[in-house]
Amino acid sequence: MKHPLGNYGPVVTPAGMKEPILFGDFATAGVETLDGFRGAGGYQTALDALKNRKPEEITEIVKASGLRGRGGAGFPTGMKWSFVPKGSPKPKYLVVNADESEPGTFKDRELMARSPHRLLEGILLASYAIQSHHAFVYLRGEFAFLEPLLAQALDDARAAGLFGKNIGGSGFDLEITLHLGAGAYICGEETALLDSLEGKRGQPRTKPPFPAVEGLYKCPTVVNNVETIQSVPFIVKNGADWFRKWGPEKSPGTKVFSVSGLVNQPGNYEIEMGLPLSQLLDKYAGGMRSGAKLKAVIPGGSSVPWLTPDQIETKLDFDSVAAAGSLLGSGGAIFIDDGVCVVDALLNLTHFYRHESCGKCTPCREGTHWMEMLLHKIEDGEGGTQDVSTLKTVAEQILGRSLCALGDAAAMPILSVLQKFPDEIDHHLTAKRCLVNERRESVERVRRAEPATV
Amino acid sequence: MGVTGSRATIGVELKSAGKPLAFEKDDRDAIAQMAARYPDRSSAVMPALWLAQKRFGFLSKEAVAAVAEALQIPEPEVAGVATFYSMYNLAPTGRHILQVCMTLSCSLLGADALLAHMSKKLGIEPGETTPDGKFTLRKVECLASCGTGPCLQVNEQVFQELLDPASVDKLIESLP
Repeated sequence: MKHPLGNYGPVVTPAGMKEPILFGDFATAGVETLDGFRGAGGYQTALDALKNRKPEEITEIVKASGLRGRGGAGFPTGMKWSFVPKGSPKPKYLVVNADESEPGTFKDRELMARSPHRLLEGILLASYAIQSHHAFVYLRGEFAFLEPLLAQALDDARAAGLFGKNIGGSGFDLEITLHLGAGAYICGEETALLDSLEGKRGQPRTKPPFPAVEGLYKCPTVVNNVETIQSVPFIVKNGADWFRKWGPEKSPGTKVFSVSGLVNQPGNYEIEMGLPLSQLLDKYAGGMRSGAKLKAVIPGGSSVPWLTPDQIETKLDFDSVAAAGSLLGSGGAIFIDDGVCVVDALLNLTHFYRHESCGKCTPCREGTHWMEMLLHKIEDGEGGTQDVSTLKTVAEQILGRSLCALGDAAAMPILSVLQKFPDEIDHHLTAKRCLVNERRESVERVRRAEPATV
Repeated sequence: MGVTGSRATIGVELKSAGKPLAFEKDDRDAIAQMAARYPDRSSAVMPALWLAQKRFGFLSKEAVAAVAEALQIPEPEVAGVATFYSMYNLAPTGRHILQVCMTLSCSLLGADALLAHMSKKLGIEPGETTPDGKFTLRKVECLASCGTGPCLQVNEQVFQELLDPASVDKLIESLP
């Protein structure tokens, strides 16, 4: 569907549900405007909570719902909120992480573009729960085109008394500041984001102290992803048990998965947690395009270990994907076809991590550089067994040795591919060339083919 | 072995604009308003740099000094921020910066071939600007348009998605 702010796919009702939750908003005509959103009952939950419920009740509902952070780490949201010290005389801050830049992930962009007021309502509820009177939205620089939309939504809501002083006569005050980044993947890491928001180079901090205790301007801060925040109004409105109707015990609710690669119907799909990967591919994304055969899946954004086609029945929830040796991450599922050389694909990603390493920690800064160089050598048919073994050693030495997850994110995919595709790596060493060197031709061929009707 | 071409690079020398630069009153007022939106004025460095880039074309040594002066923040701190983020331009650019996403999902959908096509059509390599100053071609990392690749972004505008050689030619020809 062509939307003024991008091409977005169709909204599909998740299997076993009457209607989608987050994507349910998109069915309301004019939901992106204040009137449209309020007409469908928007802001009612927040206004009611501000007047009739205690902040701790909101935290308790979210805690009981089992909602886990949708940005990648999957940390329980209510628990994160409860770490904010109650008696602290310092101001508290809520920061929304809208720095969506994990390769393969494009869900927050659609959520914000199509239902900006849902984000604002979530901010209102989360801020009230942690008693923050100043919230920030950190929008990645490349999303500058979304800034006017969000600013308009905020202005309209403020004019209607939904932000500012004494919101809805509740006595609660809240201001929101939109902050535009300027191009840096690392700012999606919460402490790097906070440094960036303070006007510094975006580099991760040593933890502890965790942001809930010492975050923005050394004050207690909660950093939550866009999808997490947009889920909050639904949970507060309908209750924790309602949210737990979907998904397994430890990963309740629905989750938006971004699907990319040579599939028939790429796009964002809100599905019930715990659905098999095969259903996401076949039922929602329409399967692989004609002529493209599945070779590997990166289930949770480019930072996670790869899965192979024999793992296609892996259930999509935090624990099941972890048990399969990967991570659910941000839910950016990249389907890799057999026309792709795994070394070439790894080289692409390793180049990304090398480019995006902030330079603070030596293992990540130097290690990503070495890994890219070694992968280049192997891909170009100039590598030997020693290079593969060095690559493995470097990746293992990065693991767990940098302040943030970027180092691990660069190393994990490489280690999983070395383990799962040894023949293809060997072929580069013995035949001195790529096993799939017709990749571009193959991609062009499949691109020219008509996508199957879904 | 040095690390080059990444944001980990330190000690980047800012280019000179060849003349002193200063903000007009309106811009100074705008920067004061930016600072008022944060509990600490140092947070306004990024929006002020965005404004400086719009006003002065690129972030020269003098543009950075103007931001430092307007916010009363040490110049090296502002320079550190200006050189960290990839959307801040440290050299003059063409009127339209064509930023082609090269990361995996777009690459699977043919970004490499698209870039090669654009490079040939414009007669420049990625990182270069056409002699008439109209276009700068640039490779960028994931833009979050992975399901609708290959894609590119012109300056800070909404993404151009689902591109192929014909539609990218049309796009290039349509830009003033």
